[in-house]
Amino acid sequence: MSEDIYKETILDHFRHPRNFGELPNANARAREANVVCGDVIEMQLRVDGDKVEDVRFQGQGCAISLASASKLTEFSKGKSVSEIKQLGKRDMIRVLGSDPGVARVECLLLGLKVLKIAIRNHLGDKASSEIEED
Amino acid sequence: MKTEAKHLPVARRKSSVLDVAKIREDFPILKRKIGGKPLVFLDSAATSQKPKQVIAAIERYYKEYNANVHRGVHRLSEEATIHFEQAREKFARFIGAKNAREIVFVRNTTEALNLVAFTWARTNLRPGDRVLLTEMEHHSNIIPWQILARERSIKLDYIRITDDGLLDSNSFKELIREKPKILSLAHVSNALGTINPLKEMTQEAHNLGATVIVDAAQSVPHMPVDVVDLGCDFMAASGHKMLAPTGIGALYGRYELLDRMDPFMGGGEMIKEVHLHDARWNDPPWKFEAGTPNIEGVIGLGVAVDYLSKLGMQNVRQHEREITKYALAHLQDVKGLILYGTRDVEKRGAAISFNLGDIHAHDLATILDTQGIAIRSGHHCAQPLMERLKVPATSRASFYIYNATKEVDMLVRALDAARKMFRA
Repeated sequence: MSEDIYKETILDHFRHPRNFGELPNANARAREANVVCGDVIEMQLRVDGDKVEDVRFQGQGCAISLASASKLTEFSKGKSVSEIKQLGKRDMIRVLGSDPGVARVECLLLGLKVLKIAIRNHLGDKASSEIEED
Repeated sequence: MKTEAKHLPVARRKSSVLDVAKIREDFPILKRKIGGKPLVFLDSAATSQKPKQVIAAIERYYKEYNANVHRGVHRLSEEATIHFEQAREKFARFIGAKNAREIVFVRNTTEALNLVAFTWARTNLRPGDRVLLTEMEHHSNIIPWQILARERSIKLDYIRITDDGLLDSNSFKELIREKPKILSLAHVSNALGTINPLKEMTQEAHNLGATVIVDAAQSVPHMPVDVVDLGCDFMAASGHKMLAPTGIGALYGRYELLDRMDPFMGGGEMIKEVHLHDARWNDPPWKFEAGTPNIEGVIGLGVAVDYLSKLGMQNVRQHEREITKYALAHLQDVKGLILYGTRDVEKRGAAISFNLGDIHAHDLATILDTQGIAIRSGHHCAQPLMERLKVPATSRASFYIYNATKEVDMLVRALDAARKMFRA
């Protein structure tokens, strides 16, 4: 584990989360908790066809889970649904800009998990929203 | 300033009662470096480190007399059985039990509590009966009762806690008048460190006909405990929090209760005779020890008891009282730090829960880990207590015989640095 997990941008996103709050006319949403530490993230999306038009999130949690969710909202705006379905742990490390290590992987992936569930709910998809961990 | 100053041994300042520097020599793991920094292990309430004496005893068992206990007539089995049963006697003496047959070996405190819930309580509770617990219980002293409550339609009551983390005596008085069949509570809270007034509570509970079960996971390793003086009916403890290996724990039960109880699990060892449709149970404690036991664990526990007894449990308690006092005084100087639990070191043990500003406990634990400091973060398997404190999680530093005040200083410095980094 490196000392610089908590890069300045992570602390910035933790203190000032982007796209935070309710999304009017959202047509996809999901809310999940991290059972290990009680963090809760809710994602609200507006999906048009295969495109994520807009996304907002709210919730509470540690710096890793909030900064990951915040950066993920920025990343996923304008992306295609199929692109988001492909995202995995490595992508989230890239999005966050830091690898918080095995002990904090649940925190890193919580936002992505919620985003995928929201999309699955929207599509009425039975497909798995599990996240590739390697 | 000499450059080697930072390599001074951790136990520079001597505890008044324990020679911490000498004790540290017995714990090989304390020489470890974490990312180039010396390990500061402040998580003994989760599990303690193990002295070389315990490690050596386990190695000796496997190298010199490994055999199954109680059944073989050969020399190795005889030696293993002698060591095994001697450890039972040592543990019985350690907690003041009059009779070694009142000690049942189990995996841990959780198993011991489950054993009582699913044997004694399952037999003796009737629909409508009440079980009295407290708001500060570990999940292991909540969930077995919830399972039983569903099965037997019994009612669970919880003694409230005060804002400084003590049991509310009015709440206790009120709820004990409801005549619960069982009072089951922690001797010392794993999350708040609170030492509960067990002797007085047991007396009152007995006067009203309740059976008293004690979760002693956080007391037996840290202070003198005498089951006869406390008067409790059952007491559960874990070896791994008191220098012994994981996977070994003990249940104390008054002999006449154990004698009347049904077995917990069926199998070898726990029977006297078996026919195709019928069997006769063995006597306590073997009636409750089905299957080949954790022999190395029991042997390790016996040596752990020797180690602690040699230090003297009064001394262990005094050392922890001093380091807790020191830690509370210095932690409260950290800007933005919120301490949970009482400040009165006579009413608390050496596990200290806190939060720092709005930094999440997991972030704090990660940051401290980069400094080589191991603390616990989370709900400490006490979610109802976290709800009561209105926090999702806390950080917890806990101290034991090998911790020195210098480690408190390192914790305080690291907390200050974390606060600055997070601008909390």
